[in-house]
Amino acid sequence: MSIHAAAGPRSPGERLAQIPWKRYRLLVIGGALVGIVVLAAAFADVISPSSPYEIDVTNRLQPPSRTHWLGTDEFGRDVLSRAVHAARISVKVAVVAVSVGLTGGTLIGITAGYFGGVVDLVLMRSMELLFSFPAILLAIVLMAVLGTSVLNAMVAIGIIFIPGFSRLARAATQEVLRQQYIEAAHTIGMSDRRILLGEILPNVITPLLVEAMAAFAYAVLLESSLSFLGLGAQPPEPSWGNMLNTGRGFMDQAPWLGVVPGLAMFIAVLGFNLLGDGLRDFLDPHLRDGA
Amino acid sequence: MSTAESDRRSGQRAVLEIDHLTVELAGGRRAARVVDDVSLAVFPREIVGLIGESGSGKTMTALSILRLLPRAASIAGGEIRLGGASLTSMSEAELRRIRGRRIAMIPQNPMSAMNPVLRIGAQVGEPYVLHRGVRWTDAVAQAVRLLRDVHLPLPEERAVEYPHQFSGGMQQRAMTAMAIALEPQLLIADEPTTALDVTIQAQVLRLLLEIRDRHGTATLLITHDLGVIAEMCDWVYVMYAGRILEQGSVERIFARPSHPYTQALMRATPTVDATDADLASIPGSIPSPFELPAGCRFADRCPSRFERCEREPLLLDVEASHSARCWLLEDGRE
Repeated sequence: MSIHAAAGPRSPGERLAQIPWKRYRLLVIGGALVGIVVLAAAFADVISPSSPYEIDVTNRLQPPSRTHWLGTDEFGRDVLSRAVHAARISVKVAVVAVSVGLTGGTLIGITAGYFGGVVDLVLMRSMELLFSFPAILLAIVLMAVLGTSVLNAMVAIGIIFIPGFSRLARAATQEVLRQQYIEAAHTIGMSDRRILLGEILPNVITPLLVEAMAAFAYAVLLESSLSFLGLGAQPPEPSWGNMLNTGRGFMDQAPWLGVVPGLAMFIAVLGFNLLGDGLRDFLDPHLRDGA
Repeated sequence: MSTAESDRRSGQRAVLEIDHLTVELAGGRRAARVVDDVSLAVFPREIVGLIGESGSGKTMTALSILRLLPRAASIAGGEIRLGGASLTSMSEAELRRIRGRRIAMIPQNPMSAMNPVLRIGAQVGEPYVLHRGVRWTDAVAQAVRLLRDVHLPLPEERAVEYPHQFSGGMQQRAMTAMAIALEPQLLIADEPTTALDVTIQAQVLRLLLEIRDRHGTATLLITHDLGVIAEMCDWVYVMYAGRILEQGSVERIFARPSHPYTQALMRATPTVDATDADLASIPGSIPSPFELPAGCRFADRCPSRFERCEREPLLLDVEASHSARCWLLEDGRE
């Protein structure tokens, strides 16, 4: 039975309680992992036991202990604090980059799909041009042009996402365009823009949101890659990527330097992926009503 | 204009006039005439039937009125006027102000004519937002009033539901409510009952009559069902292969169908006391718009065909308020 059609309880709380959560295990686990990462990012200052920038040369490369739960790095900085603060950059970059990609890609995709013809040809060929570059290479080129900073990393990763979202949006639009309610919208005098935003967009947004979840995971990885290469967050600002890069040099003496940011990335990427898959099952009415 | 037509006018001004409309469909090298020299008129408070089988060009005629033909089709000639103003020469922006406000359309298949992700109330109230610029909350309130007007039970509760929670008949009522929202002068109903079952059909048709009585709306009713025509219409145009073959008041046409095609249609319509043997089908099929015969369009399937059918027949008067495009009528008079 559909949760929207549910008769009886009307309040949002009661409706939430009605959802058979057991069936959406992926959604719950993914949500929990993402929750951990997002909370760490949001309350980094409260959670972290000390400042991520505080240098303590007498306590360099300390293994995990009661004072430094995850040890210290080559400058004696608390690794846990740095990993928690790095979550902030990862989440920030992922949110902005996915927003850029989702917005740009959706607008380009629905415009191309709706108008077709020359508009479609020009827009989609330029998307293919972007698509033809390997993502990390394109990001490096964009960073070289824009300059290295966290803001530019967000923009570069966002641009990488545009072609994927635009293809998805275009395909979904072409499907919706065949429906009679689009014709009906014309008969009541709706303009093209209104039809695009008011009638088509709400119909194509679901697959795009699911794709956005997968893109979050990819954005975390891309940001880390760029930081690893020294193109994203600049030291001393902590990022999982640059922490991993530093840790690489101390693999023998202090393995926690590499393992901690690696695990953090693993949790974030796994969380976003599971959340995406779970959301797809949850939003798909065929699976949801699944009789 | 035939004398039949001028009898009907009797000083009234038509809501809709179509003069010599020709619509062409681009298909490879050749253009096909899917609507050929069609003239018709709809007067205030009148329900005018446009009847024809699939592919006769009736839907193309309707879409031309709103200037919403598919990309491949275009108006190649003729003029369409709404209350005297030419729709054929209007800009797209002007047309958008007319669509939904002065001309509204009830679609063929209500099941797919509503957006599945938007609430009924928002969709039915949309014309108010679009043409009157009211706020959404007010538009939804208007939608509830409209839903009550079309006799939808529990309109307040129904307005917040989604189309998949509606039955076909309810969706058609909702679409009708949306069409009459701004009290248009002209309502185009394109086979409004074809997708519905018989008991619901009668309710929807009764609703159309009620709308006409309440608002004085002129209605162009497109159908392939002679029963619907007989029950609903004041005037009827019989369309075949892009042409109007017979026209007249419903009483006259049913009393004396004069074109062999109309006669065949009536024989092909089942009645209560007809046996299987009485029910005739029309042999052959409608000619492709790419391969239209030079003379009468119906000649290939006509039981009374003779030499003169090689030439295109003129629209000839049968009697007052009744004319047909057939050479047989000329013989009868001469």
